[in-house]
Amino acid sequence: MKALELLTKPIFRNNPIALQILGICSALAVTSNLRVTLVMCVALTVVAGLSNFFVSIVRNHAPDNIRIIIQMTIIASLVIVVDETLKAVAYDISKQLSVFVGLIITNCIILGRTEAFALKNPPWPSFLDGIGNGLGYSVLLIGLATIRELFGSGTLLGYNIMPLAADGGWYVPNGMLLLPPSAFFLIGLFIWALRTWDKAQVEAPDFKIKSNTKPSGADYVPLTR
Amino acid sequence: MQPLRKALDDIAPHFHKGGRFQRLYPLYEAMDTFLYRPNSVTKSTAHVRDGIDLKRIMITVWLCTFPAMFYGMYNVGFQANLIMADMGITAVQGWRGEFIELFAGYNPNSVWDSFWHGAAYFLPIYAVTFIVGGLWEVWFAIRRGHEVNEGFFVTSVLFALICPPDVPLWQVALGISFGIVIGKEVFGGTGKNFLNPALTGRAFLFFAYPADWSGDAAWTAVDGYSAATALGVASQEGMVALQNQLTWFDAFFGNMHGSIGEVSTFAIFIGGAVLLATGIAAWRIVAGVMIGMVVTSLLFNLIGSDTNPMFAMPWYWHMVVGGFAFGMIFMATDPVSAAMTNVGKLWFGALIGFMVVLIRVVNPAFPEGMMLAILFANLFAPLIDHFVVQANIKRRLARV
Repeated sequence: MKALELLTKPIFRNNPIALQILGICSALAVTSNLRVTLVMCVALTVVAGLSNFFVSIVRNHAPDNIRIIIQMTIIASLVIVVDETLKAVAYDISKQLSVFVGLIITNCIILGRTEAFALKNPPWPSFLDGIGNGLGYSVLLIGLATIRELFGSGTLLGYNIMPLAADGGWYVPNGMLLLPPSAFFLIGLFIWALRTWDKAQVEAPDFKIKSNTKPSGADYVPLTR
Repeated sequence: MQPLRKALDDIAPHFHKGGRFQRLYPLYEAMDTFLYRPNSVTKSTAHVRDGIDLKRIMITVWLCTFPAMFYGMYNVGFQANLIMADMGITAVQGWRGEFIELFAGYNPNSVWDSFWHGAAYFLPIYAVTFIVGGLWEVWFAIRRGHEVNEGFFVTSVLFALICPPDVPLWQVALGISFGIVIGKEVFGGTGKNFLNPALTGRAFLFFAYPADWSGDAAWTAVDGYSAATALGVASQEGMVALQNQLTWFDAFFGNMHGSIGEVSTFAIFIGGAVLLATGIAAWRIVAGVMIGMVVTSLLFNLIGSDTNPMFAMPWYWHMVVGGFAFGMIFMATDPVSAAMTNVGKLWFGALIGFMVVLIRVVNPAFPEGMMLAILFANLFAPLIDHFVVQANIKRRLARV
């Protein structure tokens, strides 16, 4: 595959959340606030790219039966580096993200990509694949966070966009959007939109219910009643 | 009525294949079959015992909500007029006031005044529900190329009846949109939804705008007046305080605050009796809910508690306060989202009865639990059916 394709395909055509259905957990948890989401996206993209890169380097030396342990060690070390960096640079945000940076270790996207891609491909394409999947994750999370923060609290990145009714403005915030389950609906609607645009992503139905009445419009005969 | 029939037949070709408005066929079909009997006939060798179809079922349910609806309208106005007289307010401000003064006054002793006052609150809610929800229905029907379904008649009236009286109308529009689209259409439309659409819409609003959909200020159509619901009083101050404010018969006949249609257990039971007699509502579900509720509340009465007064609420009070009666008769018996098997229906009902008392008594966050209990049981309905079917297979295999 071409380098550019590796980088861009996961953004919409093969989105890790919308098509591979990986990494839903953090997509629900960190998207109520756009600023936090952006940091999380950067952190995950960096970890995804680098872990793919390093796993790919050692792929020919790692014994097959302990490969998961090796991958986890690499991923965990990278996550610790990211976590410590965040604590040093942006302490407030790192506190808001709390466990979720640490939980990047368990994010299915990372292990999924190292298993599925990095173990079978050279380092440079693997790195691009990791970054690409990180970007796919980021696009969806930023979309979610924009909607959730804008309509849930009337702000974006902390700036007041729609003045709240409680402070004399006109906007009544939708409290549902601040609760994690709202991200489920939004992800669902996003998947719906994505599959309307790209029909190749639609799965074949498991079964089809036969319609029980023939629409009477098909063979219309005017009747006098 | 001949000219009307002729007018419909005249425009009909435009809506059929090749016509100018072919895409709008569902709209035409809905209008035609609403006014006249459909002309489609059975083409296979089905043995029809009774011509009851979806249309007749849905219209019957719709008619059965009328006692609760009319009483609800009267009660909204009655409570508002009483409080206005108490607080010394002489007129409602804004367009609602003008609407009320068109035909009535603010006398709480006059049935007509109260009814009309309530209509000024219920009719806009119902109209918004019907128009917004109807637009979604028609749009999906056109996109998917099927007929508009009468199920929406029921969903819309049920949704309007479980709204508090003076919610902002844009919230009503948002709620019914959510209920219809996310609760029903994304799964394929009527017959394929696993949640009750009306309750889905209400649950969305309940979590999105808690200030307008729960608490003390939402239940009366008077601005700036707040009073706890019967369940609120019972959980905060105990049964004695509740019985000082409200007799059981008041609660049974619906002389209290609440969502528009849920207040009068008596009016709901009138509609419920018709639904049960015609077999449209499954008696097993209703019985299951009743049994589940009675057993669970008796159990809580038996356990008792010094700190939580809700433990002491007897079952006949659970039955008349909150949304229990309305949910039991109209929501739990939704044939699509309930369990399908006969034994499953009993279990399904019992699960609702159990959950509603559990939420009311033990959960400190929500004084009322009927909506959440029904949605919860909706999720379990397929699982219940699965076990019932498996048990039946096992039982019959043992005989082989």
